[in-house]
Amino acid sequence: MELRGITKRFPGVVANRDIDITVTRGTVHAIVGENGAGKSTLMKILYGMQRPDEGTIEVDGQQVTFANPSDAIARGIGMVHQHFMLADNLTVLENVVLGAEPRSGLRLDAATARRRIRELGEQYGLGVDPDALVEDLGVGERQRVEILKVLYRGARILILDEPTAVLVPQEVEDLFQALRELKSEGLSIIFISHKLDEVLGVADVITVIRRGTTVATVDPKDTTARQLAELMVGSELPSPATTESTVTDVPELTVEHLTLTVPGGRAVLDDVSLTIHRGEVLGIAGVEGNGQAELIETLLGTRTPTGGRILLGGEDITQWSTRRRREAGIGYIPEDRTRHGLLLEASLWENRILGHQTQAPNSRGPLIDRSGARDDTERIVREYDVRTPSVDVFASALSGGNQQKLIVGREMSNEPSVLLAAHPTRGVDVGAQAAIWEQLRAARARGLAVLLISADLDELIGLSDSLQVILRGRLVAAFDPQKVNPEQLGSAMTGAGGEAA
Amino acid sequence: MRLLRRIGLVLAAPVLAIVFSVAVTSLVLLAIKASPLDTFSTMLNYAAQPRTQVLIINSAVTYYFAAVAVAVGFRMNLFNIGVDGQYRLAAMLAASVGGAVALPAPLHVVLILVTAMLVGGLWAAVAAVLKVRRGVSEVISTIMLNFIATGIIAYLLAPGRLAVTTQGSNNLGTKPIPPSGQVPGISLIPGTQAQVYGLIVLAILVGVAYWFVLGRTRFGFDLRATGMSEAAAVASGVDVRRMVLSAMVISGAVAGLVGMPQLLGASYTYSLDFPAGLGFTGIGIALLGRNDPVGIAVGCLLWGFLDNSAQILNLENIPVEIVQITQGIIVLSVVVAYELVRRYRVVAEQRDVARALAATPKDEPALAGGAGS
Repeated sequence: MELRGITKRFPGVVANRDIDITVTRGTVHAIVGENGAGKSTLMKILYGMQRPDEGTIEVDGQQVTFANPSDAIARGIGMVHQHFMLADNLTVLENVVLGAEPRSGLRLDAATARRRIRELGEQYGLGVDPDALVEDLGVGERQRVEILKVLYRGARILILDEPTAVLVPQEVEDLFQALRELKSEGLSIIFISHKLDEVLGVADVITVIRRGTTVATVDPKDTTARQLAELMVGSELPSPATTESTVTDVPELTVEHLTLTVPGGRAVLDDVSLTIHRGEVLGIAGVEGNGQAELIETLLGTRTPTGGRILLGGEDITQWSTRRRREAGIGYIPEDRTRHGLLLEASLWENRILGHQTQAPNSRGPLIDRSGARDDTERIVREYDVRTPSVDVFASALSGGNQQKLIVGREMSNEPSVLLAAHPTRGVDVGAQAAIWEQLRAARARGLAVLLISADLDELIGLSDSLQVILRGRLVAAFDPQKVNPEQLGSAMTGAGGEAA
Repeated sequence: MRLLRRIGLVLAAPVLAIVFSVAVTSLVLLAIKASPLDTFSTMLNYAAQPRTQVLIINSAVTYYFAAVAVAVGFRMNLFNIGVDGQYRLAAMLAASVGGAVALPAPLHVVLILVTAMLVGGLWAAVAAVLKVRRGVSEVISTIMLNFIATGIIAYLLAPGRLAVTTQGSNNLGTKPIPPSGQVPGISLIPGTQAQVYGLIVLAILVGVAYWFVLGRTRFGFDLRATGMSEAAAVASGVDVRRMVLSAMVISGAVAGLVGMPQLLGASYTYSLDFPAGLGFTGIGIALLGRNDPVGIAVGCLLWGFLDNSAQILNLENIPVEIVQITQGIIVLSVVVAYELVRRYRVVAEQRDVARALAATPKDEPALAGGAGS
């Protein structure tokens, strides 16, 4: 399989640019890169979920275009998603054949299916009882079912999106064993990950993606985890450098022993304690899915912690509602702006009200102040350079960068004392990024306390006054952003070891 | 230009739906060997008579409460199918209360109306509590509550309980409401003795209140925000469980009024032949009127026209049921048409904004590759 010059643009963003990858038959080809580097977009293109704007895909020397995943499946490409797509209340057999049922007359030919699944299982070391209910299976077994599903459909090229994220070490070893079997049978595997140790252990070739493009293709035999991390995060100097420290010694937000346990007993936040002072930016580095989102949600009050306390300016707000916290001055820049930050089919000025419904200039008593909100939206559009012809258009009509500027402008407008900023510049163009950084710095100088979560290590190091690394819900290391480099941080994030400063 | 297009977009869907359904109805009429042109002109002529116009308006007043009740839920993505049970139970209990007490005129009417709203609201609250506490879909629970309401009404509407027998009839009804609890009609249309329900005033007030609360208050904003994106509403500080409860209770309270024009303006008693099924009419009209207070009013008049003017078709040997085909197709096609128009509007706005901005210099496109990760 060969990819040449794949480019994919979204409004205001280029997600992929000039991607070149060659996957040889019978190899495990790893693709590594930071969150947001464009791996997922690339996978969607490979699997026909999105079409590239430029570039070509060749399979076995033939140029192909995929209009949808069915085309990709017909070409022998199979995808194992990070989040399993299985029906819990069906058996393994039923899940595997779903949508590709062998029939005898009108009936499902279970015997044929069962035989075929057994064969596949034995051939590749993916043994699963075809008649077990999926809900009774462990995570590792479920993943084998997912792999069987694509093999059953005749896939010769398997795409595995972060397959080890949900596995325990023993299951990882089993998976790798299965991958080696598949490889020896002549199948090709595209393995997406950011766990460098694992990648080095299983891959035959590694391609590194950074900022939407392929930066290197290396042989794992003569590469170290450190070198890979360097390639992943780049070694340019951090550009968003804060000038001088504005950190005061007044704690604004204090979190004590915060714990959040999900049903099933797993702690997604495990004894997290931190303090953010007025005028301080605390950066949280971590691989996505290690508790960052849960930390923000717990601080915002949309999730209730199972233990611990949250103090805002010395006052215990652990039991406060989200609205009360918002009124008390907690601003929020969500990670997924279209889901948590905007009403897409509402006008810009109505979006100005969102999250600040009870505050001036948006309302007077129980009534919405339409002209107040409109005027203030005009101001935000002006001051934050939101590119829009009017404040009456739907939020969905703006590009991602302009939506983000609107959100940042909105959250800054009500003089917050604490800002929870998740990926504040994700998916925005360079100009907007610089503007948002500038606004964050200015607010910090006015005494704002910021909790910053970002996948962009340059941004984290450049903006933060102090850095913490989160791994599996725990804060595992602290760094001084003045002294740390992206490589050290990257290693600590992936659990590859890293010295706390 | 922009304004013109917006008005065009608002009207496009319902007009298309009506044209389409008239076309289909014509085909059906042709199939049963009737002339579509004659049929429609007969209906229109009949509707032009003052007496029919009063009937149309009276139907519309009743429908309006039902449609607004449904629309309150719709604005929050709540599907209150239980309007039917809510208004019947409310009407029966309010009729019983109204027949049992003697009060000065305005107070008596107010007592009956308040009772009806309370009963409707409480009955809807059952579904809301089930949803908030136990996660039961309101679609299922309100349907089930309709049946339970029917059972309760059948139980209570018996001699010795809340019903009295009328002499010379085997109909059963609640004790008639004395004149102090009745609402006199209004002679709105000249040329006929028939009067328009006095509660048309209440219908208009409810419409204005609906518009004001949803569009102008914080509560209404929270409600609409929850309907547009629950995730965003939660992050903005909306307590969704409380919103579900309030929206459902308001919906039920408005539903409680559905039977009132009939009860206080015509029958003065809740009897076995009290109109049923109006809640479902309300769902169709709310969809047609797109949850807009004026749109719903237009939809109610259209429904009133179809229902009443169709009666004349009996004399022409054309089945009256033909209008049900028309109504069904209107609702089906309007749902499709609204979705098409909505998508068109989103795309058109994106295009407009892009065009408006093309004139201004653009930033260097950057490689921040967050999309999709």
